[in-house]
Amino acid sequence: MAHDLIQKLREACGEDNVVTHADQLRTYESDGLLRYRVTPRAVVLPGSAREVQAVLRACHEAEVPWVARGSGTGLSGGALPVEEGVVISVNRMNRVLEVDLPNQRMVVEPGVTNLDVSKAAGPTHFYPPDPSSQIVCSIGGNVAENAGGAHCFKYGFTTNYVTGLELVLPDGELIELGGKELDRPGYDLLGAFVGSEGTLGIATKITVRIVPVPEAVRTLVAFFDHTSNAGRVVSDIVAAGIVPGAIEMMDSLAIEAAEGATHAGYPSDAGAALVVELDGSEAECEHRFQEVEKLCEDNGATSIRVAQDEAERQLIWKARKAAFAAMGRVSTHYYVQDGVIPRTRLPEVLERIEELSKEYGMPVANVFHAGDGNLHPLVCYDGHTEGQAERAEELSGKILTACVDAGGSITGEHGVGYDKKRYMPRMFEEADFDAFQRLRCAFDPAGMANPGKVMPTPRLCGEVPGPYRQHPLEAAGIAERF
Amino acid sequence: MSAELVAECGRAGKALRVRGAGTKFEWGTPAPDPEVVVSTAELDRIVEHNEGDLTAILEAGVPIARAQEQFSAAGQMLALDPPLGEGGAATIGGVIATGDSGPLRHRYGAPRDLVLGMTVALSDGTVAKSGSKVIKNVAGYDLAKLFAGSFGTLGLILQVVVRLHPQPKRTVTAIGRSNDPDAVARGASDLAHASLEKECVDVRWGGGEGAALGRVGGETAMEQAEAAARVLAGAGLDTEVVEDDFELWAFQRDSQRSSDRAVMRVSGRQAELARTMRAAESLGGSLVARASLGISWVTLDPERIGDLRRELAPFPCVVLDAPRDVRASLDVWDAEPSPLAQRVKQRFDPAGVFAPGTFPV
Ligand SMILES: Cc1cc2nc3c(=O)[nH]c(=O)nc-3n(C[C@H](O)[C@H](O)[C@H](O)COP(=O)(O)OP(=O)(O)OC[C@H]3O[C@@H](n4cnc5c(N)ncnc54)[C@H](O)[C@@H]3O)c2cc1C
Repeated sequence: MAHDLIQKLREACGEDNVVTHADQLRTYESDGLLRYRVTPRAVVLPGSAREVQAVLRACHEAEVPWVARGSGTGLSGGALPVEEGVVISVNRMNRVLEVDLPNQRMVVEPGVTNLDVSKAAGPTHFYPPDPSSQIVCSIGGNVAENAGGAHCFKYGFTTNYVTGLELVLPDGELIELGGKELDRPGYDLLGAFVGSEGTLGIATKITVRIVPVPEAVRTLVAFFDHTSNAGRVVSDIVAAGIVPGAIEMMDSLAIEAAEGATHAGYPSDAGAALVVELDGSEAECEHRFQEVEKLCEDNGATSIRVAQDEAERQLIWKARKAAFAAMGRVSTHYYVQDGVIPRTRLPEVLERIEELSKEYGMPVANVFHAGDGNLHPLVCYDGHTEGQAERAEELSGKILTACVDAGGSITGEHGVGYDKKRYMPRMFEEADFDAFQRLRCAFDPAGMANPGKVMPTPRLCGEVPGPYRQHPLEAAGIAERF
Repeated sequence: MSAELVAECGRAGKALRVRGAGTKFEWGTPAPDPEVVVSTAELDRIVEHNEGDLTAILEAGVPIARAQEQFSAAGQMLALDPPLGEGGAATIGGVIATGDSGPLRHRYGAPRDLVLGMTVALSDGTVAKSGSKVIKNVAGYDLAKLFAGSFGTLGLILQVVVRLHPQPKRTVTAIGRSNDPDAVARGASDLAHASLEKECVDVRWGGGEGAALGRVGGETAMEQAEAAARVLAGAGLDTEVVEDDFELWAFQRDSQRSSDRAVMRVSGRQAELARTMRAAESLGGSLVARASLGISWVTLDPERIGDLRRELAPFPCVVLDAPRDVRASLDVWDAEPSPLAQRVKQRFDPAGVFAPGTFPV
């Protein structure tokens, strides 16, 4: 059986594009979240939608589950292989098929990186969703995770930019949803697919909307003694009706790590750093930028650096974007979550994180998209000491509980995947899962697409219940159902 | 209450239609009168308005106009401005269920883009929620998108969480007129592609003349509008900058409805705008369009519906307003049902009671 399937995969995609050797399989054992590892039975690298179809048909017939994989940068174990399953890597499908500037659309294959999408739209246009991992992550992975980024508070997320998808359903059928046009008649199945974490099918072609590059961009970083000051600036900016292109906050520990790694000139004794970027029409940008500077001063900024040119702007961003990777300088191991809170609850949630950090004796660095309340608490721990990883995980879980208690979410952009499915019941109830499962069953009744992710407990799809029929007893007037 | 009524219909297999203010109740394929009409009139609470977080929770029957009043008092808006129908009565649930939108869609998106969370009642008695009340969330499937634009055929929308935006302090509009559809389309496109930030970019055409309109907002709206007018002039349009621009946009919105002619929504492309204007003109119709999004609303005599479709094929032209007998005589949706959509319908509405026969499934 197993041998049969592998043979079919080879026939579909060519000998070289099927990996079964233990050493090579190791590359695919985990995604960006290295804590979890599963060795798949095989990895296959199709080069076209047709090949993806053949692969899915073969898996369907053999009843073998599979997991799609883009660049493997996911942070929730979404692309973690299934035991004895197949990993389907779309990396070879990496062509930009069309740049249609007059209609503000691009058509790309799923393996194209996020940055390459934006580059191909340039220099006059760009693709707004910009995850920090944009140099590596794939647009297919972005679609699956509904990826966000620093500029999403103003511009929106992946789901607001995808207008068309070609995808292969788990039984091998190729379908198209949407296109270059908006509002095609019928259900918005495209909207339901984006963010479905690889559980509904494989995207093989993606049409996105691109927008003109703004006339002006103005960037500053302001430093404060404490995150509460920076938090007040954010509230004041929003209250003033200003919508920054990006507004990002870092606390002292994150600043220390990022500065050590990048030498961007952030004062290492600062309690908080706030990066604010305004973009848009030149006149408006200039006007409002002065307001932002004033709000920083009013809330006790210890210093403000305004980027005078693109090089300086890049330097400001370099520290922010390096914050994750730089944590390695502060701690051997860290665990990152991406809980979301209503922004006005920031002070109390940060306080709670500080409390938890003390209680567990583990430093927690905070880097976050302040505009939309998307936290990225990095829990630092010593992975060489037994039990620490588990305690870090427990602490992270408590942070997520604090987010949900504040009216927020367990994940703003990284997805539920394998890692956070156990936290799903903190946000959703049985009836909600039941509704999710209906969608899943419509796309994947056999449950072969990325099983064991998103939902807290495994579920099967029953037969579609037929139309209601009157029970003979009812017909006879013996019983009624009300 | 209404959730229980839905469950009851599900159990008894009674066909039902959900009704908000009834301003778009006729849209869709005409079907026999339902056995039960589920009204959302009593679901009229603004449950939360979280000013600092720019979100609100509304029950489905809240009239949009009433919610806007409250948001406006805080300098905020729900960036959703479709025509609100007779007496401005349209409810949030009805607008979301029909996926209707207005000129602000240019910058802020459609209902699907503004809904953060949703609670629905299904025909087997399930009451389920998806999404959350924060502006960024990817936990669970985004079922609100599926229900937005589903015309009440999957379930009853009980409550929604919406994202709000700050209201621009001032808006000013640049308008460029011409009797040459190519010039109007070029002007609108140039403006769409210009690096200026626009709230709305629209086009209108009728009676041999038309215009491209760009609305800008903010403290420096005047300066920006002048820049926009220069772009329109560059395309050969006769331009004007209008400070008191409410009427201009009310016209764009209102032209999406008609009480005596047919209104068709064309899912087209930006580069096809001139062709769409010409088609409308040649059939004695008029048009308003979201230029950069490529969506047009064409108003014409009902007898010309088929002609417009032929002219604009393969772009789908959905009939919105039209006399009932006309809508009964043709496929209002201009679409083939897909097996996947049918499976979705069967799963969410297993009793098959939600507005049977009105939607392309
Ligand atoms: C340093 C760092 C910074 C990051 N910053 C951000 C950030 O700012 N914002 C953000 O949103 N994310 C961020 N991420 C997370 C990650 O980069 C995103 O989730 C990204 O979208 C994943 O893309 P990928 O190609 O790596 O997907 P993978 O990790 O390979 O896969 C992710 C999921 O997508 C599915 N999938 C992949 N391709 C397809 C396809 N073609 N069809 C269907 N399903 C598919 C997989 O099955 C899996 O469930 C960051 C990650 C790292 C390591």
